[in-house]
Amino acid sequence: MTEDLEGSQWYDSEAGPLVRPYAMTGGRTKPGPTGVRFDLIALVTLDKGAPGVDEDSLLGPEHRALIDLCRTETQSVAELAAGADLPVGVVRVLLGDLLELGCVTISRPVPPAQLPDERILREVIDGLRAL
Amino acid sequence: MVSENSDASADETTALALKILVAGGFGVGKTTLVGAVSEIRPLRTEELLSEAGQSVDDTDGVDHKVTTTVAMDFGRITIRSGLSLYLFGTPGQDRFWFLWDELSQGALGAVVLADTRRLEDCFPAVDYFEHRHIPFVVAVNCFTGARAYGAQDVSRALDLDRGTPVVLCDARDRDSGKEVLIRLVEYAGRVHTARLLDSVG
Repeated sequence: MTEDLEGSQWYDSEAGPLVRPYAMTGGRTKPGPTGVRFDLIALVTLDKGAPGVDEDSLLGPEHRALIDLCRTETQSVAELAAGADLPVGVVRVLLGDLLELGCVTISRPVPPAQLPDERILREVIDGLRAL
Repeated sequence: MVSENSDASADETTALALKILVAGGFGVGKTTLVGAVSEIRPLRTEELLSEAGQSVDDTDGVDHKVTTTVAMDFGRITIRSGLSLYLFGTPGQDRFWFLWDELSQGALGAVVLADTRRLEDCFPAVDYFEHRHIPFVVAVNCFTGARAYGAQDVSRALDLDRGTPVVLCDARDRDSGKEVLIRLVEYAGRVHTARLLDSVG
């Protein structure tokens, strides 16, 4: 293989689309000025009343895809990434945009060390048993 | 730093999500286990490797940036409205260890899946969670044809800390998978309580 072609070996059928993922974010790899890194299980809730949610003007198709996924129910960051078929890093940047525009609220997961009491764990255990 | 702003808007009744990791060697049944207990079809999410290559990018320039993706399986169990359990199958390959740090952040606990025919495959995962004091259970996936060992044999072979549960399971079976998760949550609760007592006394 010549040196020129070396890079192309990455693009086998498993490599996915040829558009570089961060092209969708305008090259940004970190969410806006807040700089918060959303956890994979941070929950994203759509603010249906927010201006911008039903306007196409400011947002790209990927932003809209995320909004549409949130319409039915609150979604975790991981679910959004899977649902929109986008890498998590890209979804984080897009969510940062939506947060700044006030379209969504994003909850930070409660660290287990701060769980209020055993009640929740008990609830989880009972819930698992009942499945 | 993480800002506290997001908390201000969140009221007490906001949805609560808990994270459980499923780790273990390649091909031990992580995806199978996640699929068996998840109420949603196992989704695969992909994470860019850009951060691992950041130091390279700084000198080489953006045009040489190599992006590849690593897949993670995950599933969800809704306990009730507003309380969900998320399961993440950790990437098996060693070169994706850096992803574990993010995954384990704030995790309730972990399941380390083991296959007694190649027990050594789960050593790295056991080490990882022990060092970070993340509660975990070892779930021995009882493959048909694999010689059956008792939970005690496995516990001794892995040199587990006292109290770390070992559960025999069938990763394909939903009830068996549920039992593994129940044991983990119970154990995580005990560890959590013990730490609270420690910090008080």
